[in-house]
Amino acid sequence: MRYGEVAAVDTLSTQLPASQVTAVVGPNGAGKTTTLETCEGFRRPQAGTVRVLGLDPARDAAKLRPRVGVMLQSGGAWTGCRVHEALRHAAALHAHPLDVDALVERLGLGSCGSTSYRRLSGGQQQRLGLAMAIVGRPELVFLDEPTAGLDPQARRMTWELVRELRDGGVTVVLATHFLDEAEQLADRVIVIDHGRIIAAGSPGELTATGAENTVRFTAVAGLDMHDLRSALPAGCTVQEVTPGGYLVTGPVDPALIATLTAWCAARGVLAQSLAVERRSLEDVFIELTGRELRP
Amino acid sequence: MVLAQARIETRLLLRNGEQLVLALVLPLLVLVIGATTGNLLDLGPGRRIDILAPGVLALAVLSTSFTSVAIATGFERRYGVLKRLGATPLPRHGLLAGKTLAVMAVESVQVLLVGLVSLMLGWAPVGGPAAVVAGLIVLLLGTAAFTALGLALAGSLRAEATLALANLVYVLLLVGGAVIVPLARYPQTIQPLVALLPSGALAQGLRDVSAGAGVPFAACMVLLAWCAVGGLVAARTFRWE
Ligand SMILES: Nc1ncnc2c1ncn2[C@@H]1O[C@H](COP(=O)(O)OP(=O)(O)OP(=O)(O)O)[C@@H](O)[C@H]1O
Ligand SMILES: [Mg+2]
Repeated sequence: MRYGEVAAVDTLSTQLPASQVTAVVGPNGAGKTTTLETCEGFRRPQAGTVRVLGLDPARDAAKLRPRVGVMLQSGGAWTGCRVHEALRHAAALHAHPLDVDALVERLGLGSCGSTSYRRLSGGQQQRLGLAMAIVGRPELVFLDEPTAGLDPQARRMTWELVRELRDGGVTVVLATHFLDEAEQLADRVIVIDHGRIIAAGSPGELTATGAENTVRFTAVAGLDMHDLRSALPAGCTVQEVTPGGYLVTGPVDPALIATLTAWCAARGVLAQSLAVERRSLEDVFIELTGRELRP
Repeated sequence: MVLAQARIETRLLLRNGEQLVLALVLPLLVLVIGATTGNLLDLGPGRRIDILAPGVLALAVLSTSFTSVAIATGFERRYGVLKRLGATPLPRHGLLAGKTLAVMAVESVQVLLVGLVSLMLGWAPVGGPAAVVAGLIVLLLGTAAFTALGLALAGSLRAEATLALANLVYVLLLVGGAVIVPLARYPQTIQPLVALLPSGALAQGLRDVSAGAGVPFAACMVLLAWCAVGGLVAARTFRWE
């Protein structure tokens, strides 16, 4: 997908699982919005094919629109339009919409039902955008940064809503900058940069790759490091970093902890303050995309 | 779907204060001031109100179907409204139909008000029911032509440029487009040109109808031609975001 000479999204090839939540993450300008908008049928790719629910989003738009909900990164409502009005209108465009009043309450917009869009706070506008995306009971929703500018309560509410959608069989694709959100919410995370996928997988898989997870524990000083290493799976390193302070590095999984504690138990050693330090998705993200600021 | 679209567009049009001034207050001012002050405007021979009333009706159509539509649509694109609507089941022709219905709803209010005030001021149109039908045909064609032109303008320019240009064209047509001042008062040499303007065709067509001349075919053809031009340009240049 090009804008003039700029290749915004280049060789991006993936399949999105149905009835699951996919999070698209990537630095500013990575091509998240462009990718979503190509799937939404707003842009036609210059090369390659996009299929949404088995259909071509640009050509079969009329068939897709009743089945797909869209939340744009910003805007999308008449500035003079009231919350209730905007939502009722969005509902009237669909055959079997959700109950508008219930949705307004659910999103905490009850008290600003007759406030015009331009007088809403940024977070309230964002919530209205979310409501308009789901009011038509879509099978598939594209949410472009749905929680940008939301307070912690509203963010949780949104997460809950997204989980409910998924549990009801809806496929959710969301772009986000909050890595904890992707980690909490997504079944699958796609990291894109410069218009290409640079990593993809479940949050667990992504944080496990690179295998730089660690376990720290304390015990009596002077344990036999050589013996411990040979007890652990291949690829692990062990180290007594301070007297009695141990560091195990490697692919940390439940089996590794079991092996470690069994080894201690066999020697009558009590491992204290044993802590698994997993990398967060954010660590992985920074590692993949670098520390420099994007233009 | 189309009705829902028409309903919300009508509400938003009526809610917009500036547009309402343009749509109602200004035409009524022109009507009342023009009819009650004898020497402000040279309208030529004949009863002032009979010349003024059809012109003010044309002015009302111009303000709603051209200026309002162009400005509203320009800002709808700017604020992503058109884009979001493009993601709903509402088809493009549904959006267009909704807009047209909304314009016609607002115009019925305008025509009713302007018509009533004109009658109270002594407007005496001739021709009976046939003239009413002919007048409605001209109004409809004028609405179609100006809506198409408004969409063409909003489709090809930025919202701010649309705002500026739509108002400029409104004023220019009001002053030099034979809207209020009849065609016959324009210099002989430019009369044929002014008659070809959509405003000239609309206003002169309405004046002829209200004077009992029947359906003004030439004016109708001019309006149809503008409708085609506007429609073509809009279809070619219109961008939804
Ligand atoms: N309409 C446009 N015209 C030209 N270039 C564009 C346009 N929209 C986006 N771009 C460029 O395409 C690239 C990808 O933009 P995109 O909006 O998809 O990024 P994004 O990942 O959504 O970023 P953000 O996190 O800031 O929302 C950027 O380099 C951007 O400058
Ligand atoms: Mg974006």
